Parts: sequence; structure tokens; C-alpha cells
Amino acid sequence: MRATIIAAFLAASALVAQDLPRFRWESFTTANGLADNRVYSVCVDGSRIWAGTDNGLALYENGKWRVFTTVDGLAHRAVLSLALDKKTHTLWIATMGGLSRYSAGRIDTFTQLNSGLPNDVVYGVTVQGDLVWIATAAGGARYDTRTNQWSLFNERNTPMYEIWTYGVSAAEDKVYYAVWGSGVLEYDVKTDRWLKYDDPDGENEIVLHKDEGLIHEITTSVSYVNKILWAATYFGASRYDGRNWRNFLDKDSGLPSNFLNQVKSVDGTRTWFSTDKGLAYYDGAQWATYRPGLDTHAPEMLVRDAAGTVTHVPVTTAPAFHYTFGVDFQNDDIWVATAKGLSHGIRIKPGDK
Amino acid sequence: MGIGMRGQIAREFTKNGAARRVRSLTVPAPNGQPRRGRTNIVVGAISILACFVFASAAVAQNGYPSPDDLVLSPDGARLYAVLSGTGEVAAIDTAKRNVIGRVAVGKVPRGIAITPDGARLYVTNSWADTISEIDAARMQTLRTLPAGFEPTGIASDGRGSLYVANRLSDNVTVLDVASGTITRHLISARGASYTAATADGARIFVTHIYPIPGEFRTPPRAEIEEIDAHAQLIAHRIALPDAAGVFHVTISRDGRLGLAALLRPHNLVPLAHVEHGWAFGDSLAVFGDDIGGAVQLPLDAIENYFSLPFGVAISADKKRAYVSASGTNEVAVLDLARLVAVARAPSVARMANDLSAASRYVIARIPVGSNPRNIALSADGSTLWVANRLDDSISIIDTARMAVSGTIALGAPATLTPQRRGERLFYSSLVAFGNSFGCASCHIDSTFDGLNWDLEPDGFGIDIVDNRALEDIADTSPFKWNGQNPDLQTECGPRTERYFFRSQGFRGDDLEDLVSYIKAIPLRPNRYRSPDGELTPAQERGKAIFLRTVRKDGTPIPETDQCFVCHSGKYYTNQLLADVGTGKPTDRSPMIDTPELTNVVNSSPYLHDGSAHTLEEIWTIFNPKDQHGVTNDLAKDELNDLIEYLKTL
Repeated sequence: MRATIIAAFLAASALVAQDLPRFRWESFTTANGLADNRVYSVCVDGSRIWAGTDNGLALYENGKWRVFTTVDGLAHRAVLSLALDKKTHTLWIATMGGLSRYSAGRIDTFTQLNSGLPNDVVYGVTVQGDLVWIATAAGGARYDTRTNQWSLFNERNTPMYEIWTYGVSAAEDKVYYAVWGSGVLEYDVKTDRWLKYDDPDGENEIVLHKDEGLIHEITTSVSYVNKILWAATYFGASRYDGRNWRNFLDKDSGLPSNFLNQVKSVDGTRTWFSTDKGLAYYDGAQWATYRPGLDTHAPEMLVRDAAGTVTHVPVTTAPAFHYTFGVDFQNDDIWVATAKGLSHGIRIKPGDK
Repeated sequence: MGIGMRGQIAREFTKNGAARRVRSLTVPAPNGQPRRGRTNIVVGAISILACFVFASAAVAQNGYPSPDDLVLSPDGARLYAVLSGTGEVAAIDTAKRNVIGRVAVGKVPRGIAITPDGARLYVTNSWADTISEIDAARMQTLRTLPAGFEPTGIASDGRGSLYVANRLSDNVTVLDVASGTITRHLISARGASYTAATADGARIFVTHIYPIPGEFRTPPRAEIEEIDAHAQLIAHRIALPDAAGVFHVTISRDGRLGLAALLRPHNLVPLAHVEHGWAFGDSLAVFGDDIGGAVQLPLDAIENYFSLPFGVAISADKKRAYVSASGTNEVAVLDLARLVAVARAPSVARMANDLSAASRYVIARIPVGSNPRNIALSADGSTLWVANRLDDSISIIDTARMAVSGTIALGAPATLTPQRRGERLFYSSLVAFGNSFGCASCHIDSTFDGLNWDLEPDGFGIDIVDNRALEDIADTSPFKWNGQNPDLQTECGPRTERYFFRSQGFRGDDLEDLVSYIKAIPLRPNRYRSPDGELTPAQERGKAIFLRTVRKDGTPIPETDQCFVCHSGKYYTNQLLADVGTGKPTDRSPMIDTPELTNVVNSSPYLHDGSAHTLEEIWTIFNPKDQHGVTNDLAKDELNDLIEYLKTL
């Protein structure tokens, strides 16, 4: 009887897992050449992997790591965010000491002293054609790479009342800023106007108006893909399709935690969440969490179906650590920046063992 | 209208009409009071535009063809010459050795590329920021295509894409010929100017006439970008330490060996050792698979310098290379096997400054016309064509005899104006000890070099000075950063003999000619000001800051600290000395000449010693006590606005 139950459980788990991505995880640490184990950001450029660490920028290429530091011209050792200009393969590097630009081996740095950058603490960066959008501790900025013009966005010319911008996401029509303590800012490219989205509950930590607006004012990351906005906060996640909001909390979704460092959507629906308690994935109905067990440290893959049933999918590997900072995609694979190393999730496809 | 007639009109225009017209455009100060200083002419967008129109005419239609770049047709039957002075491209029958056609292009054309089938020419119009597409057979312009700021060099990959080096954008524009649209901009380095494609078009190389900005008083560095034309991406940056200006580049037909002409300025030591070859190293970058990296080798010889190397060519059989010296009016013939052997020797690093090294690979130096620029070698290597820019001619070199076998005149006026004679002096290095350098060695293409220098007259290590731009400076006296030279005759006269050239200086008629040329160096078009003079909102806000008389808290700003008081007049200078708190312990005096601000956006680094890398640093680092204008009450976005306005001046 007991064997039958176990077999049924495993079969059910496998069935669930078939619909959600499964990975074989490999991790990099200082032991195999990574600059530092604290990896804040990761960026995929074809077969090359960039990792922003607490101790420099690392490039994984042809099976080897190469590290760039302030000696090479990097603005600061702590690399918080990375953005790739896919046309030119220029890498924009947000650091705690300015914005750097890597192009074919040369690093140039922009600071608040030598350029129009508003502040040297740069949390986020993204590329929109010839424009680079930047999130700093003193507001947002837009750098026109054609004219070298800097445009700054702060409390004087946008609706933000805090200027601590934490993340930025841009598409052709809109640009969104995650403003730590001031919700989400939207810039409309066509009208050159700003709009602000706030938590309808105001400063309250209690969610009174669920799905009526942004889940919380302390936003950390935004992702705008296919006209769908995702916002990550330290108190849950929100999705906005231009008309309706939907909020996600750990108590009523598959999020392992409400403390989110990054949200990154693949197509507006399929979305990844980097939290302090594991990496989460949402496909529009089901959730999955990938992590070493919080207590056991044993590899875990938790699946929550649309009905709210949680199952454990047996796995043998997991990301390096449950505290995750961000992800990027390499075809079907995923790379995950964690507080204890960089992990490569190699997609297990149907039929793979 | 013939060439001669155009020249006459240009001269008259220069001397009379435009100059008077510009001076008559006087605009009162915001407070209705005249400005302090000698010039009461105040800035106005109209006067700037008028000046630009005049300046464009002066350069683009000065009547002197001024051949700059050359390209041969694939069958070798035609040579095409870019005539930067008249704004044309000339087609030359290489067999008959005469001009068989001309076509007008845009303002100040500089570079040319030809398609592999020889059907199309593409010419960079450096002052129009465009590319002219020309039907080579008919010599007719077909289309005008977009480019970046001051497009200069251009290369075709032979598969439908053009690569354009933009001197003022510091980037390379990739242009899709079929659609006529820009597909991307690749990050280059400062002053991107010259290009070369491999024979198969798979790789494009780009050089720059200014060094990569670096820390104050550290050795200059440059690079050559290697672009993967299939991916349309920069694949490598070939580092050139201790180099600043890099000019033409060429690649051997097998793609394994590259050469680029370059300058190695010795600007960190006092300019006191000219006799020892310690002003410039006129050099060649040698790179590629044949070398296994990149090295720099001198072209100079003891007391016989090869000043301002510019054009380069490699014979198809890789037996010889040729380099033009635009300052000493000659072409060097190099034995490539010997050059490569030296370049591969373990001792090569020590040879970069060795004045005896060139004798190992330079086998001849052939005199040509004045200011030879680019060169073109026939496919069989028998004939080398040389664009003599200031002789308005093409020299034809018989490479077997290593001698000039003929000259093609391109239709210059019969007599030289004083201005043109002065231009020859400006670009000549024959005035200096050993022909080692000239005005144009520092003032590249009549601009600047992006370096700071330690000039001996001030004392060793004293008064480090930034190299100032020369555009439109006729009425901006006094000269020098300490304002000690009341006119250009003093600036360029006997003192240059004593402190710079250590041979002969400019005197008498030569001096007057030189000064007349310098006074006529025009202002380049400003890329940040809209054609109608209307300012963007950010520029408008910046202008208000520039013109303000009170701080943000309402307290008055002392007149001496108001931007527009010192930076007043047509050139944004009151032409007086001021202590703006930027003096260094090594400066003899903190009193600094108030510099003109016209086209200031182009001329970094800034301040008298070049210690500010960017406009921002002038105020974020070097103005702690608000002595250089009151700026410390400005928020960052307000400072950005001010800079956006300054970029329009």
C-alpha cells in the first residue's frame, strides 16, 4: 500500500514537472574562478556570460573566467546590474561607484563628476535603441549615445516623491522605473509624459485593496515585456496589463517569499522571480521554486498548481543558494545570480534523464 | 565658373563681405549695458549662424582643390581624388594622366570608398555629416546618405555595408547601402577618422586622430579597432601605448599585416630636447598575424625626421610599403621583409624611440609636393599616386625607379594667396630642427591634439598647458593661456624659433602669411545647435543659468562670477585675464586668459592645463569655491542644462 502511494506521488510529481521547466544546476564560485561568490547580476551575451559580483565584473568565455576590476577602468568593484546592447554587444555596467561601459575590451566610466550621471550609486540600467536608461540613488537618467546628452528624472520633473530608483525596464513604447518607496513610474515615449503607479493602500503594510493597484511602494525591480508590466517589491509582486492589476503574495501564490530582488519576464506571462528564499517561476497558472532547502540545504523543486496544491519534485541539483539576486536567459537555460555563487540551470527536456 | 574665378571670389569674400557682416551683428547684453572688456559684440544665434555660413564658404570654396583622399578603380584605369577645398571628386585617367571628370559633393569632403565592381563611389562630407553616393562612370551624385558628426574615413565591405568613421561622434556608423539607412553605431575612440578594409571585406580597421582620454599627465594611448564585418561588431581593439594621433591604416592583401601612421608625442617631458628627437616620434604601427601582435617602429632618422606620417600602402606582393610624410613632403619606401623582421625581433620594444632603427627598413625617401596626404598604389605595385593637398596636385611615383615620374595639376589658381602660403607654412615641418615637427603636429588638421604640454619657456615642470583649438580665433587676442602674447604675430613669431623649433622661426612675410592663415581657420559647424537657432528646453534652461545674475536663493552673484561677463561677446570671451581658482602650484600665476567658448564641446580636455577631462569636471571638481562662476548651488540636472547650452556655442 505504502509503495503504491509513493509511486503514485512520484508519478504525479513527474507529470506536474513536465509542464514546468526542470534544470540540472551547475554552479560557479571563487573555487572555479568566479571573482566573488556574491553575485548581484548576470547577463547572457550568446555563449558569453557576464557576472556582476561584489568584487568585480566577470566574463565566462570558452570555459574560463576573466575578471575586470577598477584597475581595468571599472567604476567600482560592486557590480549591481548589467544590460547588453544587443546590436553592438556593448555591455552597460551599473556599479556602486558609477556607470561603466564595456566594448570589445575597453571600459569607459561615467560618474557624477565626469558626466551628467546624477549619482554614482547606480542600481539599474537598460538599453533602448541609442538610449541608455539608468536608475540611481538620486533619480533616473537617460543617456543619448548619439549626442552624449544626459536627461535626468527626479522629483522636480516627474511624479516621484522618492528619488531612489532601483530598477528600470524599457520597451519601444514605455519605460518603467521601480522607485524604492515611490511605487512605479511610467514614461510614455510618444507623449513624453510620466505617470505614477502607487499602492492604493498607501503606506499600510496591510493589503486592503488587493488587485486594485501596485502591491507595495517599495519596488525593487520592473520588467516590461509584450505590454505587460511586472513589478517586484519587498512585499510581493504585481502584474499590470494596462487595465488590470493582479498581485501575488507568498500566502496565495507560489512565491516562496514576498521579499523580491528581481522580476524578469520572458513574454509577459512566463516570469521569473529572484527572492530571498529561492528562485521562483510562474507560467500563468502554475508556480515552481528552485533552491537548496532552507533548512536541509538539499536540492528542492516545489511546484504549486493552479488549485494551490504544492508538491515536491525530486531533484538532485539546485541553484547555489536560496538568496537570489537576478537571472538571465540563454535559450532554454537560465543563469542565476545568488549570494553564494552563480548558477547555470541547464534545461532538462522531455526524454532527458 | 572656373576654378580660378572661384578662388578670386573666395578671397574677396574672406577679406571683405562676411567679416564686416559678422561684426555688424551687435546684440546688447541682457541688462542693456556693454560688456566689460575690449569686445562689445555679444553672442547671438544669428551671428553664430552667419559666421558658420561664412566659414563654410571659406573652406568649402577656397578655390584650391586640396586633394586629400585617393582611391583607384578596381581595373586601375581611374584614380579618384577627393578635393576637400572645392568640395568635389575628380576622376583621373591613369593612362593619360589627366582629369577627365569632376562631380560636386558636400561640404569639406574627406574620405572615399569604391565598390568592388567600381560602379559606385562613396564620399564623406565632413561638414555636412553626409555621404555622397556617386555613379563612378557618369560622375553623378545619386543619393545623399546620413552619417555621424564629421564623417571622415569610409570603407566598403563589398557586401552592401559601409563603415564610416565619425571624427566628432567618436563612433563608426554602419550604413546599409540598399536602404540608405544607418543600422548601428559602433563605439570607437576619440577622433575616429580613417578606415581600411581587408581585400575580402571581412574586416574593417579604424584609427583616430586624438588619444583616448586618460588620467592627467599620464602617457597617451591610442587604439585601432578591428571590426568583424560579418557580425558588424568590433572584434578587437589593438592597443597602441604612448601613441596619440593615428592616421591612415592599410592591410596587406592576404590580411595578415597591417600598417598605420602615427605620432608618439613626448608631451610629459619639457619641450627642451628637440635636438634629441624628443618632441614627436613619427612612427608606424605594425600589426597583424605576421607580427603576432602590434608594435610601433620609428620612421625618423637622426636630424632627418619624417614628420607627420599620414598615408600608407602595402604592395600586393608584400615586398614594399609606402608612407607619406605630410610635414616633410616626401614618401618613404620600406622594405617589408626587413620591417617585419625588425617588428618580430625580441628587441623591438626598445626600438620605438630609436632614431637609428628606420635605417634598417626605410630604403628611400622620395620628395613629393606640399603636404602629401593619402596615397594609392596600383595593383601591380608599379605606380604610387600621392595627393599633394597644398600643391593641388597628384604626384606619380615610379616605384621601380623610386622617383616621381609625373605630376597632375588639379586646377589651382595661378597665384597663391597669403592665406594659402601661410597654410603651407602651418603644415610644414621644415621650419624645425631636423624637420622634426611643425604647427600641424600639435594642431592636427588645424585643430588640437587633446594633449597637455610642458613648454620649456615657462621653466621645466612649470605651467603645464592644454593645447587650444584654433577655430575662428582671429579676434580673440591676447594669446597663450597666460595672455602674454598680444597678437598672433607675437604668438607665432620669433618665440617659436627659440622655444619650439630650435632652428628657424617665422619672420617677415612668412609670419604674416602664417598669421593670415591662422586667422582664417574657420569655425566648424556646431552639431548641437538646430539650424534655425532654436534651443531645446534643456539648452534654454542652460542659457538662463549662463545669463543669471542671482543665485537660486535670490542673492546677487558678483559680476566677476557671472558666466556671461567673462565669457561675453561673439567668441564668449572678454579677452581679459582672470583668477578662477584653477591655478596649480606649478603655475607661475593663477591669472588665466579667458578662453573663447565657440565649439567648446569639441575641445576637451579643459582648463588651462587640461586637467578637466570633461565640461562637467570644470565645475564638479575644479570649482569648489565658486570662483569659476557660481555653480555650487546648482542641482545636477541644472549643471547638465548649463552644459547642454555650452555645447551649442
